[in-house]
Amino acid sequence: MSTTSILNLTWLIPLFPFLAFLGISTFAHQKRELSHRLAIAGVAIAFALSLLVFWAAATLPVGGGESAFESSLVHWFTIGTEQFTLGVTVDPVTAVMLLMVAPISLMILIFSRGDADIDTDRRQSAASFKDRPSHTHFCAQASLLTASVLGAVVFDNLLALFMFWGLADACTYFLLGMSYDQDSTAQAGLSAFLTTGVGNLLLLLGLALLYASTGSLAYRDVVSAETLAHLSDTRFLGTPYSTATVIALLFLGGAIGKSAQFPLHTWLTESVAAPAPALVLIHTIATGPAGAYLLMRTFPILALADVGVWMSAVVVIGASTAILASIIAVAQNDIRRVLAFSTVSQLGCIVTALGIGAYVAGAFHLITHAFFKALLLLGSGSVIRGMKMGQAEDGKQESRSRRQEGGGDAGAPRAGQEQKTGVSKTEGFDASDMLNMGGLAQRMPRTFWAFVAGGMALSAFPLISAGYWSMNGILSYAYQRDRTVFWVLAAVTGLTAFYTMRQIGLVFLGQPRSEAAARAPESAPSMTVPLLVLAILSVGLGWFGVPEEFPVIGSIASNWFHPFIGSAFGMTVVGGQVGEGARQLAEVTVGFMRRPLLIGSALSLGGLVLGWLVYARHPLLGGLVLGWLVYGWKPLQAGEKDRLETGMQRVWLGWLYACMRERFYLDHLYRVTLGRGVILLADVLRAVDERVLDRATGLAGHAARSLSSISAWCEDHVLRAWVSLVGRAGRDVSQAVGEVELHVVAHLTDLVRLGTRALSELSAAVDVKVIDRAVEGIGGTVKAGEHFVHSTETGNVRDYLLRAGLMVLTLIVVSFVILFLHI
Amino acid sequence: MVPLEWYLILAAALFCVGAYGVMSRRNAVAMLMGIDLMLCAVGVNLVAFWRYREPTAVTGQAFALSVYAVAAIETAVCLALTISLWRTRNTVLMEDTD
Repeated sequence: MSTTSILNLTWLIPLFPFLAFLGISTFAHQKRELSHRLAIAGVAIAFALSLLVFWAAATLPVGGGESAFESSLVHWFTIGTEQFTLGVTVDPVTAVMLLMVAPISLMILIFSRGDADIDTDRRQSAASFKDRPSHTHFCAQASLLTASVLGAVVFDNLLALFMFWGLADACTYFLLGMSYDQDSTAQAGLSAFLTTGVGNLLLLLGLALLYASTGSLAYRDVVSAETLAHLSDTRFLGTPYSTATVIALLFLGGAIGKSAQFPLHTWLTESVAAPAPALVLIHTIATGPAGAYLLMRTFPILALADVGVWMSAVVVIGASTAILASIIAVAQNDIRRVLAFSTVSQLGCIVTALGIGAYVAGAFHLITHAFFKALLLLGSGSVIRGMKMGQAEDGKQESRSRRQEGGGDAGAPRAGQEQKTGVSKTEGFDASDMLNMGGLAQRMPRTFWAFVAGGMALSAFPLISAGYWSMNGILSYAYQRDRTVFWVLAAVTGLTAFYTMRQIGLVFLGQPRSEAAARAPESAPSMTVPLLVLAILSVGLGWFGVPEEFPVIGSIASNWFHPFIGSAFGMTVVGGQVGEGARQLAEVTVGFMRRPLLIGSALSLGGLVLGWLVYARHPLLGGLVLGWLVYGWKPLQAGEKDRLETGMQRVWLGWLYACMRERFYLDHLYRVTLGRGVILLADVLRAVDERVLDRATGLAGHAARSLSSISAWCEDHVLRAWVSLVGRAGRDVSQAVGEVELHVVAHLTDLVRLGTRALSELSAAVDVKVIDRAVEGIGGTVKAGEHFVHSTETGNVRDYLLRAGLMVLTLIVVSFVILFLHI
Repeated sequence: MVPLEWYLILAAALFCVGAYGVMSRRNAVAMLMGIDLMLCAVGVNLVAFWRYREPTAVTGQAFALSVYAVAAIETAVCLALTISLWRTRNTVLMEDTD
């Protein structure tokens, strides 16, 4: 099998998880074991194929600017005279993304099996488990999500990307809304869908503009030299901005919505109540990296945008997201919320990196971040499961001891037990609240070490973690490019290290702060093995991206990642080197620079040490005399408030801590303004409907009724008066003629009198018989018409439909007869 | 290609089936299904005429797309009405809503 024929089959990669999804939905809907096996089989085959494709792509000869593999095109659909074609493109970015998506998805599915086994475990009887969502549902949605993300990565068309991301959005909604017991998760799913929908709208506008300017949405056409030149030269609708700038800004808007940048980040951070595997999928594979991937794919267009506008936009949004989210993460007490905000912050770093031109560094950080964030989130899932099982154990202990005590009086042992288990007995015990945890390092050692590995990677611990190399790649590039961005990102690194250590200290070190934590068991191997695999990857992936100039290690570990991805960059930009911006971005592989590296290392170490000092003290490590801080260095006791909170309250910054803990009230703000705004609009429209439209239709009825009353009045007054006038006139005439007859001619006058009397009688008869009847007939017709019209207002919907249907049927038959009997 | 009339007859038949469904079902959701079937019949008609008379123009596809979009929106609104009906009158049978 030659390389090209392997690559021609790349479209099979998304097919298998999709088939797994179809299989699970159709056949295995209630069978947990079968659905799990189908899902794992689908993703495993996709993973194997990804490895194959990756090997093929890596061994493809690189150079010359045309070595991205592009398969033959298949005719997709036609609109009018425009033909859309679909093909597969495999360039280094695709290959690396495939290798990121497939194994993480596999680890998640393996983990979720252990997570879902709680339901079938007969020993657990705690009520908190009874509403767990079904595992088959999760397997189906996870397969579909993997399939759609793989499809988005593999195909060569921006329209296909948009389609598959839309599908991924729908899967996110399903995954988030799966917990039927919690109302908040359903809301979170809806808010996720709507917020990423805003991003989708902006992306769609960008695609429309791109299509209108260039006539194609395939990558090969979009990044060709003529297209790029055209985009940067034309002005958008008479404004001084080039089309490329506007398109780039719209794509950035899409990335904001999709990758949860400020101000559209609330959906990601409100969705933490979903089960851990679902969360991981969303943060690391689906909508999280979507925006960053989009920016990577359309990088040549972004390079052409007006540097001033573009840089300010992306720096403002990306960097402010990064720093804001990391500040908020410091004050969160829910273990998953910290990780959610850290995802938002890291995505902000990646978007900033891509925005300022650090293509390779941004891509590298995207990949490594996916791995260690998956590790951390799965680890938190393991911790929460342990806490819940500990809580269940504790509940059973309580009931058992209460049964032992019998009815009786509250003796001393009882009071002692109540005192100890005060926290876990209350209804509001939150298994994911870090203030309730503690000392889990002894209880759950494998989770602890895996979590430490992930935490070190996240905080860019020097030398041994993947995060170090990727984050410093970004920092070095930012140092050269824009100092403010560098300092912001460096501050983010410091804060990240601080809150990571805070999290580790609160969760794992010290003594357990509640009974649930004291009894938490280690998780099953099906949950810890994926954690260990991901931990190894978090550490090991860094070796692929060490810059060559690094003192010792650089010469040993060849920097493989930079040239590989750099060649992708070269492929796309070589054709389109136009404009000042692109020339500035031409330097892709950033050399090793001492100062930013040292600053980054110092900040990450400093943050870690600071966090350790504030939140934990591990007796084995001994004292680190780096400055005695105000709060002392004993671990938090049970019931003690967060030390940072007390510290800040002491310097009268307690309000700031509250702000941080409440996520700066942003989600409240959105709920009040947008939610109430929409309801207000609905009220206004309903008032319009009631006052205006209903009155208008009422007027028609009134008009008909007044018309009939007018005709009745006409009949009463006008017609009768006229008719009686005619009759009286006739009678008067006959009387006069009778008097003339008395005096002159008897026969003639007699005759005439007879005649006029006959006339008057005739007119009376006419009055009675004809005219009255006519008038009554008109009135009766009008009344009958009114009755008829009124009788159709039966209020019976099906009556109306029947009449309408009969009329339409008649119309159809008549039209058929006319059309076809005349043709 | 088959003669155009076959598609038109298909559309008319679909339409009649939908109309019958609307008139003979008691449940509001079932009536909605009939309504959607009628709208789809309209779409088939549009697309048939577009394909046979003027296949290079975009208007046929655009018109059909807007018909389907309107159908989707209308279904959403009707379902919301049905839910509201259920909540106030505790029934979804049309004969109870007179």
